[in-house]
This record gives sequence, C-alpha cells and structure tokens, in this order.
Amino acid sequence: MNGLRALIVCGAALAGTALAGEIPSTERRSGAAFMAPETQAMQADDSENPGMLWVLQGERLWSEPAGSSGKSCASCHGEASASMRGVAARYPASDVAAGGTIDLAGRIALCQRDKQGAPEPARESDELLALTAFVGHQSRGLPVAPPDDPRLASSRANGKRLFEARMGQLDLACASCHDDNWDKKLGGSAITQAHPTAYPLYRLEWQALGSLQRRMRNCMIGVRAEPFAYGAPEFVDIEAYLMSRAAGLPVETPGVRP
Amino acid sequence: MTRALINVPKTAKRGDVIEIRAMIAHPMETGYRMGPNGVAIPRNIIKRFACAYDGAEVFAADFFPAMSANPFVAFSTVATSSGTLTFSWTDDAGNTETATAEIAVG
Repeated sequence: MNGLRALIVCGAALAGTALAGEIPSTERRSGAAFMAPETQAMQADDSENPGMLWVLQGERLWSEPAGSSGKSCASCHGEASASMRGVAARYPASDVAAGGTIDLAGRIALCQRDKQGAPEPARESDELLALTAFVGHQSRGLPVAPPDDPRLASSRANGKRLFEARMGQLDLACASCHDDNWDKKLGGSAITQAHPTAYPLYRLEWQALGSLQRRMRNCMIGVRAEPFAYGAPEFVDIEAYLMSRAAGLPVETPGVRP
Repeated sequence: MTRALINVPKTAKRGDVIEIRAMIAHPMETGYRMGPNGVAIPRNIIKRFACAYDGAEVFAADFFPAMSANPFVAFSTVATSSGTLTFSWTDDAGNTETATAEIAVG
C-alpha cells in the first residue's frame, strides 16, 4: 500500500514538472553560472583557458594564404578584431547562396571552398574549430543578437519543434531537461538552460575544443537516439532556435565546461 | 604547428617572486586506449617540461600518463635580471617544442 502511494506521489510530481515550459526571460543565465568557481576562473583567465590554444591557432590561420586563390581570410576581411566583431553574436544567419540557414562554422567552411578555392574543412577538424573559435572570440562580451530576419522564422520554428520532440529509447526531449528541470542535477552534473553562448568550447571531459553539434550529438546518444550527422540542417535549426532564446546573454567563446 | 600559451610578467623588480604559467597543446596519449579498430593507440606524452632563465634551468618537471591533454603548469621563480625565459616540452616521439618570453627587471 505504501509503495502504491509512493508511486502515485511520484507520478504527481512528474506531472507537475512536465508543465514548466519555456524559461522566463528574467531567469535566463549562461551555462557558466552553473559551474564550480574553479571552472569559472579557468574560463575567465585567458592564460588558464585551454580554449585559447585554438584561438591562437585560428589567429595564425586567419592570415595564412590557402587554396588555389592564394588568398587568406585577412586578404578579404582585414583585421579580424574590427571586421569580425559581433559576427558570432548574429549567427546562425540566412544565406541565400548556401540555400538556407547557416551556422558560423558552415559559413567559414563555405568561404574556404568558394572564396579561397581550398578543400572544404571537415566538421570538428582542428582547423575549422580554431577559425570558428578565433572569429567567435572577437565577439566575446557582446550580447547575443539574433537577426530580425523573417527568412529565419521557419528554421527557428523547426528548431523549437525538434527541441520539444521526444526521441530515442529513453523518450526524452531536449526540453524535458533544459526547460523543465534546469535547476536540478543529472548524474551529479548541473542541468543548464541550453544557451549556446560559449561555443566552440573546451570541455574538460573531452580534453579538447568541440562544437555545439558535438555537444548535441552527445545528448542524443545519451537518450539513445540516433544523432543527426555533423552539419545536418536539423542541428542548424536547433541552434537558430537556441540562439533566439539566448538573446541578450554575453558571448563567452571560447568557453570552458566541466 | 606549436600552440603554446606563456604568461610571464613583462616587468619586475629585482628579487620579486614572479608567477609563470605555461600551457601547450598536446594530446598526451596514455598508451592505454584502444582506437576504433581495437588496435592500441601508442603512448605519446610530454615526458619533460623545463624552463631556463638566461640559460640556467630554474624549473623542470617529469610528466606521466595521468596528466591531462594540453598540460598547464604554473610555478614561481625569483626575478634576478632582465633576460629570456626559454620553455621546452619534450615528448615520447622525441620532438621538442620551445617557446620564449622576455622579462625586464629594474
């Protein structure tokens, strides 16, 4: 009898949390706010932040000629501190030539292929992560500012749908954790609000820099769903939705997470 | 391509204790992991890190497989004279990466 009562109470509690819904804008905070003070200090100090190793590499790649054109990123864009300031805060953006919504790493890869005549870098390659981190770093501290572009509406709507869709053998949606239980713990780790403000970021667990897509693939594997492929439009749509939720939060690239 | 982040104060007073930080990008492969094909990934770690102040070694450390990737080392030394700090990392493959930093001591 007691066992049955416990079950009913447990069921009622679950039903209660399922109604939490989207996070009110006044309560939105970065994933960094959930970290231990030591990890926060590691992110804040550039001489301790391992993500800066990739920013350093990206800085070199920026001015190195590549591909058949013999041009470097700097040949067209000039000084990154001026030309790339605020760019990462506006992505994903709509790109007519690319045929839809595109994320920052995808934009850089296309630029290398079409403008430099270089082979398109693979997703999660050190080179692409380094350039993305270097460009992202130029926006550090600026508020996320999703563009007011009607062409992004369908991407965001699809991203929201995917974020709230249950998937995998565990039948969980992203929202089951990141909307409904963000102030709690899962396996001893903090459940954050899923604001992608620090990517690409250095995850201590990975001992390397990784993209938002790598993080999302981890979560999908965690709920035993088949993850989307790197570069899949579904991931870009989810990112577009998440960045619209994160509007106003400061860009932290390169972040550090446990 | 070496990627190393060195943090040394640009200036110091003679006799000051100065903090030095050095981080280098390195996979620090332990030798205990299997690749996707079931073949062991050979060990490749930085075995030794050393810092020389105007040619004299002021700090050195031996590393072991429990060190994480991209090892970060912080230590302190006494500022004696203006000069160059030379950092070197030597790994199992026998490669030595070096980086330098200048300090002005007044």
